[in-house]
Amino acid sequence: MPVPNGGRLTDNLLGFARLLRACGLPVGTGSILEATTAVQLLGLRSRTDLHACLAAVFLTRCEQKPLFDQAFEMFWQNPKLMERMLGALLPTVHSPDRAQPVSRRIGEALTPGQPPPQEAQQSVEFDARFSASDQELLQKKDFAQMSAQEIAAAKAAIKRLSLPLPEIRTRRFIADLAGKNIDMRRTLRAVMRQSDSIPLQFRRKRTRKPTLIVLCDISGSMSQYSRLFLHFMHAVTNDRDRVYSFVFGTRLSHISRQLAHRDIDIALSRTAEAVADWSGGTRIGACLAQFNRQWSRRLLSQGGITLLISDGLDRDEAQGLRKEMQRLSRSSRRLIWLNPLLRYDQFEPKARGIQAMLPFVDEFMSAHNIESLTHLVTLLSGDIESQS
Amino acid sequence: MLDSVKNVIPNSIDETLALLRKENYIAERSLATSLYLALKMQKPLFLEGEAGVGKTEIAKVLAQGLGRPLIRLQCYEGLDMASAVYEWNYPRQMLEIRLAEASGVGRGELAKNVFADEFLIERPLLQALRAEPSETPLLLIDELDRTDEPFEAFLLEILSDFQITIPEIGTIKASQRPLVIITSNRTREVHDALKRRCLYHWVDYPDAHRELAIVQARMPHIASQLSEEVVSFVQLLREEDLFKHPGIAETLDWAEALVQLDKVVLAPDLIDDTLGTLLKYQDDIAAIRGSEAARLLEQAKLKLAGTGLARS
Repeated sequence: MPVPNGGRLTDNLLGFARLLRACGLPVGTGSILEATTAVQLLGLRSRTDLHACLAAVFLTRCEQKPLFDQAFEMFWQNPKLMERMLGALLPTVHSPDRAQPVSRRIGEALTPGQPPPQEAQQSVEFDARFSASDQELLQKKDFAQMSAQEIAAAKAAIKRLSLPLPEIRTRRFIADLAGKNIDMRRTLRAVMRQSDSIPLQFRRKRTRKPTLIVLCDISGSMSQYSRLFLHFMHAVTNDRDRVYSFVFGTRLSHISRQLAHRDIDIALSRTAEAVADWSGGTRIGACLAQFNRQWSRRLLSQGGITLLISDGLDRDEAQGLRKEMQRLSRSSRRLIWLNPLLRYDQFEPKARGIQAMLPFVDEFMSAHNIESLTHLVTLLSGDIESQS
Repeated sequence: MLDSVKNVIPNSIDETLALLRKENYIAERSLATSLYLALKMQKPLFLEGEAGVGKTEIAKVLAQGLGRPLIRLQCYEGLDMASAVYEWNYPRQMLEIRLAEASGVGRGELAKNVFADEFLIERPLLQALRAEPSETPLLLIDELDRTDEPFEAFLLEILSDFQITIPEIGTIKASQRPLVIITSNRTREVHDALKRRCLYHWVDYPDAHRELAIVQARMPHIASQLSEEVVSFVQLLREEDLFKHPGIAETLDWAEALVQLDKVVLAPDLIDDTLGTLLKYQDDIAAIRGSEAARLLEQAKLKLAGTGLARS
């Protein structure tokens, strides 16, 4: 093997692993050991091979690849830069200015103490209810605005909410004396224990909760309600597994991980940080398209139910919305649309967005306050199949 | 490690590439690196990528090239121990019990007899672990994303220690670790705990140069102009906004269809007629058929006339 044992290889790999970890990649000690073995097997003949080798060991999903590539570029090309970076990893040393622009995440990983650069645009929130605005407002919604009373009421009511969707029968079995199928394996073992008779054991098919996908509109026209719905999404997320939450305005953001925190305040503040387009415009068609491309096959393949929360007021004049709704409806086992506008008695689906979306929805319900959400729960717990 | 097994394992990345090429599989160097490491470090290899990029194929080709038997476990939702690992042969066990009753064998002895090896039906995973050391198999766990989480969790023991525990018999450990290849189409996210026990490789669509090489290697009789046009067209198609982009498998199917139709050049109406081999969603076909296909073809031909495929 061309790599001597006593060299600085292990140190370098350790440094590289620390860099990856600081960037947010899950790198365990085990993989560092593996990387050492792998590199010793390969030798250090070519940079491309080293890249492929380290990628095989350290990566666990393809989204990590761009970040990994950048980290690799920086770490294994310029040793001086590498030293500076390692220095910067120590808390006391400040990183010197960097020569080349690097990904913000790597930058942040190297300078842990400093706050991330502010987003350029800080625009004033304006009242955009019932009119979809064009501008993408890159501002962070302040959840503290919610009054204490409001919080208390919402928390109390929403905490009790759960979505009792009917369970899906899986192909797995569970022991059940009242089951219909004979469990041969357990029967035979029972025979061994008991004497003369054959005590039949039974089993039945196991059921599981269907995957639930929540797509929530957080555009300006929905801003009155989005806070409430976030509480709702948090309650649902923590009530059961297999819930995936998304919010969208002008772009789609996946917030399941942020919402998964038990404490609602932490969960919401993390969500507020992760989402850039609070109370901006709406591009429902484009966002659904993004969902259909990137997520639908990964999440809806095992009989998922989609909950779409939106007022249907679309900035893009419903461009392409029809097609994407059709696709979404075909991929979902069931598509439920919650619309806060439905509370007005004279509500008529005149907006183009609503007209484009309505034909593909299995269930169209009102949702403008806690009461209606509770109502939704009672509706869903009834026999859904018979309602459609 | 037995010498007979050791000898057939390639000794460098280049040898791995050559081995694959001999079996008409033209791989990226990074894939060959992962494969080589998987072989050397005796770790499972986790291949992830879109449908039709040749993930399953690599296992088949590798088994062929290394001269090892291929054991394939096709995953599906609800796949359980009984169909993945082992099952007792219940009818025979019942017979045995009846016989024992007739001849008056004691209960303790009966238990030993009934749960003996001869009543055990081996399923793919157990087969792979119990294989003779002289012919260590290649275990392909195909489309892992189709199963559910419980099965994934169950795989953890097998993939890290290469052993299975059967309560009635005990723990069975592989005398020689089989090479394991796991594929996933990513219809759902596989848990990190499982991926950590594997080497990971994302299989991407090939670039034009490599795709042309694949088409020509797989179909030696194809007219060179046709193969270039096909590849160039498919490459452009992958840049379009489609629900499902065509994979290499689709490219090969299409090329095969065109050869069967005795065509040597692409024409717009020909594309329209055969588009079903490339695109599998009606929305996608409707979007491409007609003027869009003609435009793409023209673009593809222009590209070919200009720079050629090699470095497009």
